[in-house]
This record gives sequence, C-alpha cells and structure tokens, in this order.
Amino acid sequence: MAEVRVEHLSKRFGAASVLPDVTLTIRDGELFAIVGPSGCGKSTLLHLLAGLDRPTSGRILFDGVDVTGLEPRERDVALVFQSYALYPHMSVRENLAFPLRVAQRKNGLDRRQIEDEVRRVSGFLGLDTLLDRRPRELSGGQRQRVALGRALIRKPRVFLMDEPLSNLDAQLRASMRAELRRLHEELKITTVYVTHDQTEALTLADRLAVLNHGEVQQVDHPHEIYQRPGNLFVAGFMGYPPMNLLEAQAEGESLRAGPIRLTGSSLPSELRHDRMVMAGIRPEAILVEPAEKIGEEGAVAGVVRLIEPSGSGMWVTVDLQDTRGVTTIIGAAAAGFVPRIRDSVAVVARRPAVHLFDPATGQRIGSA
Amino acid sequence: MRDAEGHGKFGGVGSLRNAGLRFCLLVSVGLFCLGPVLWQAVTSVKPDQDLVRLPPIWPDHATGSHYERVLLESPLAQSLANSAIVAASATTVAVVVGSFCAFALARLPIAGKPVILGLVLATSMFPPIAVISPLYLLMRALGLRDTLVAVGLTHAVYALPLAVWLLTSVFRQLPSELYYAARVDGCTPLRALLTVLLPLARPGLAVAALLVFIFSWNEFMFALTLTASDSTRTAPVAVALFPGLYEIPWGDLAAASLLVTLPVAGLAVLFQRHIVAGLTAGSVKG
Repeated sequence: MAEVRVEHLSKRFGAASVLPDVTLTIRDGELFAIVGPSGCGKSTLLHLLAGLDRPTSGRILFDGVDVTGLEPRERDVALVFQSYALYPHMSVRENLAFPLRVAQRKNGLDRRQIEDEVRRVSGFLGLDTLLDRRPRELSGGQRQRVALGRALIRKPRVFLMDEPLSNLDAQLRASMRAELRRLHEELKITTVYVTHDQTEALTLADRLAVLNHGEVQQVDHPHEIYQRPGNLFVAGFMGYPPMNLLEAQAEGESLRAGPIRLTGSSLPSELRHDRMVMAGIRPEAILVEPAEKIGEEGAVAGVVRLIEPSGSGMWVTVDLQDTRGVTTIIGAAAAGFVPRIRDSVAVVARRPAVHLFDPATGQRIGSA
Repeated sequence: MRDAEGHGKFGGVGSLRNAGLRFCLLVSVGLFCLGPVLWQAVTSVKPDQDLVRLPPIWPDHATGSHYERVLLESPLAQSLANSAIVAASATTVAVVVGSFCAFALARLPIAGKPVILGLVLATSMFPPIAVISPLYLLMRALGLRDTLVAVGLTHAVYALPLAVWLLTSVFRQLPSELYYAARVDGCTPLRALLTVLLPLARPGLAVAALLVFIFSWNEFMFALTLTASDSTRTAPVAVALFPGLYEIPWGDLAAASLLVTLPVAGLAVLFQRHIVAGLTAGSVKG
C-alpha cells in the first residue's frame, strides 16, 4: 500500500506530446479512477506508473520515495490489462504462481508456500476447479479473474488496472464491477483504475480524475464531479445521456436559452448584464410531456427527433423551434408517456439545477 | 432461405467442376516440380547398362548397387555426417544469436531500429563470390582452413540476417501486453524473453531454424572453398566431386543426390506440424 504522487509528469513520443503536464495525488488505500475519451493519455499514464515507459520529465513518488528511475520489478506494482495478457503456454496454476516464482529469490518462498498462495487466491476468486486449464479454455469472465488473481497474489503496493472490464459483456461487467469493489474493500490496496467508461468511473471509484488531451480537467469524488462539473468538457463527458449545453443570455432576473426561460434566484451576480454564457442542464431535470401541456407555465413546444428507451424510462431528443433557430435538447419522458418521432410535445424545465460556464474559457461560473 | 438453397445447389455443381480443375492443376504443378526428382529416383535404381538408353523408361529390375557403392565405397557417409554437424551448429548459432538480436529490435527501447535492420539486411546482399577470397584468407589466418568450424561459422554468419529479420517480425507479432505483463510480474527483459516470449515464438523459431538448416545443408561455394579433404567436405561438395576424369557415374550421382536431399525433405515434413498458428490463442481477447 502506498500513496502515489505524480509531479509535473510529461511524455512525448517524437513530436507528439501525449501528456503535457500532469500532477496528481492518489491517497493511500484509495480506488482512484482515471477517465477520459480514447487517446486522452490515460493508458500512457498507467504505463508510466508501472515503469514500462520512461517519462520525458517529471517525477513519480510512492510514499514520498522517488521511483521514476526504477524498473517495473523494483516498484512492486501489479497491472491488469484490458486484454488480460495471460501467458497462453501456462496453465491457470502456473499463471497465478508466475509472479511469485519470478521473485523466488527475493521473497524466499518455497514450492509449497507458492502452492498455498495459489490455492488461497484461487479460492478467493472461485478458480479452484480451473487450475489445470489453459487460458484458451476459459471464458472471458474466468480469464478476467485469472488476470486479477495474478495481480493479487503478490500483494503489491499499487494495483494498476487498464480498462479491465471492457472486454466483458454488459451483464458480466456489472457483476465484476461489484466484485472489484468488494475486493478493494477487503484488501485496501491503492488502486489506479483507467477507463473510458464514465459510468464505471462514477460507480466504482472513491475519487476520479477526468483526463482530456493529456490534461487533468478535474479531480474529485464522483458525486462532486457529477453535481459540480468544473468545465464544459467534464459537463459533457460525465453522465449519460450527456448534459444539455445551451447558449444562454441573462435577461434581468432570468436566463434565456433559446425558447426556454430559466428563472431562479440562484443566478450569480456577475450575470446581471446581457452576457452570453453556456448553460448546462442534466437531461433528467427536463421533462417531456404530451402536447396538451403546451401553454402551461414553463412548458415549451417542440418536435421529437429521437427516442431512446432506457428500460425504466425513455430519453427523448426534442427540437425546439423559435424565432432565432432550432435548439436541440434531451429530456426524460414523463411517466407513462410514450412519444413517437415527429410527435409534437411539451418540454418542461421546472427550476432545474443549471450549471453555468464561460463560453470562452469553458470554466464553471459561480456556484449555481 | 429458398434462394440460398438454390445457390447451394449451383455451388455444388460448380465446386465439383472446380475440384476437378484444381486436381488437374495440382497434378501438373506437382509433376513439373517433382519430375526431375522422379527421374533421378528412377535413374538411381537403373542397372548400369540401362542408364544411357532411353527405352526402357522404367527398368525391368531395380538395383541397389548404386546406393551400395556411394554409401560404402565413397566418402559420402562421412560427408553427410559433416553436413549434419555443420548445419546443426550453424542453425543453433543463428537462431540463438538471432533471437537475442530480434528481441532487442522488437521490444527494447533502442534508437535507430530501422537503420540497424537495414544494415543487417545489407550484409546479406553481398554475393558469396564477392567475399569468398577475403574470407578464405581470414580463415587461413585464423588457422581454421579445412575445418568444420570454418564452414559452420560462415554459414551461421551468412544466415543470421535472415534469422534476425524473421524473428523480429515473429516477436513483433506477439502481443506486447504479454511482454509488459512479464515485466510487471517481476521479470528482467532477459527473463521475460526466456520464460514468456520464446515459448510463444516456437512456431517462428521452427521456421527460422528450418530455413537456416536448409540453407546450410545446401550451401556449396563456401563449403567448397573452405574445405580441402574428405574428412571435412559437406555433402553437396562431395556429390559435386563425383564425376571422374573420363566418365560420369550417372547412377551413383542420382543415388547420392537423393540421399543428400532426403534429410532436408524429411525435416520440412516433420517441422510442418510445428508451423501452426494459434499458439497464442486465448492469451488476448478472442
């Protein structure tokens, strides 16, 4: 277990700068997620933490000790790969025992002790009956468990995971997610978890960092990231369906975004002049109702463009027409209401939580 | 569905015709390639008096006298043993050295890899005849003239670029995650190579070994130049020295050629089993 600190870390490949300058602190025993779109540099960051690659500049500290120049085997980290990377020519037993066998001189374990450890970890992960199989004879979920077991068996200081669940089908992914959480509660090993799946990051992590183009956008608890996205990128990336981001203008006490008028006393004082801002509203704060409601307070007329059933409810993409043009907004269908494409509907935003961003810098404005 | 069945029927007739065509094509290509070998096989069992007459194509009775003569009365047996020693050691050296070299080029952070690979390839571009006299002088200076070491070493060096190129691409095709996993699990690069990469590269190693072995077994010019006595001559050289001053012993020559060819052909068949893809199946998504 260790606290991981990354100081001004940068990595370039030739002329391309993948990580310009990253500074992060991952607390001891924390499950920390790094989330971002493909190519945001999150896997590069993980490779740097594992020691598989050298940074162009900056330092990596484990518990305050500089490990930047150390080889992977000197860092005592374990890495779970997206592709599992099981050794295909070894049985499950040999795969699990491999990290212990390699370090036999250092850890001084004899054959029997290694076998005991293999039995302990395989029991823990429910692999007892599969020990003599080869990786190719296992299902995806079983391979995933073997990969986890191989990482766990050494009790590393830091656990690194590179999209470990993204090759599993949706059902298995949900149950493995719960299992990872359980494992973490039990072992309390500092874990850095890289994913492109924002749902995974929000549900799994103690804290998370949102990464884009190699730059840290925001670091916080999942709840905070969702409730108070720090900039336009985080607002649009975290949460599904993505947050509605509308150009808006302050008009007296209220805010006008296309045909929608947002009233509320929560508008920060710096908006009291006719300034353009980006207003962000979560789709779940917007209700799509039958057309009869048009004309009621706060209801705006619109035409359905897309519907996306989500099981319990339905996300509806609606085009709102007004004199200045078309505004597209995503909302949730009212309970029991099943709109169809090209239907005329009413869109109601009753005092939603509005996130305001500066359109030029993308930064969050005020505390609304 | 019905449509698909209809296609299936037509496909059946078409594939039957295709099969016939394919069969004819394969037979003619096979005859074209193996014809000379067949001719040689027939020659090797013809009695001496039938050798220079065209009818009969097929001899009335086969004789083993040619084989007897080349194996018992000529130094061919010794030469075959020499060839085996030379080819085996050249193969070992080229594959071992080639593996290390290829691993470094495929996985380790080295600057200028394309340049190194280019230079390696360039060395094999020299025709043997261009390097043969300096090589002869070098071997003589080293006191290795007329030894198996000289021939084996030359073959290993000459086959090394091939081995390096082949194995580099073999190592590159192995998923890089496997190497990384081994490194994180505590391996030094060398240990990762020995415990993870080499076992997985076995099919590629087999191909490289086979190619080097065949090259060394068949190589003629270096072997001819660097050896001078029956005790060091390799098989191709020995066969080439068969013709006497006044007569060419066609039957003996055919028998000897077949004996020299057979081990290599046998190896190719044997190794074919190892040259199967899919050894890495199951290690990554799939």
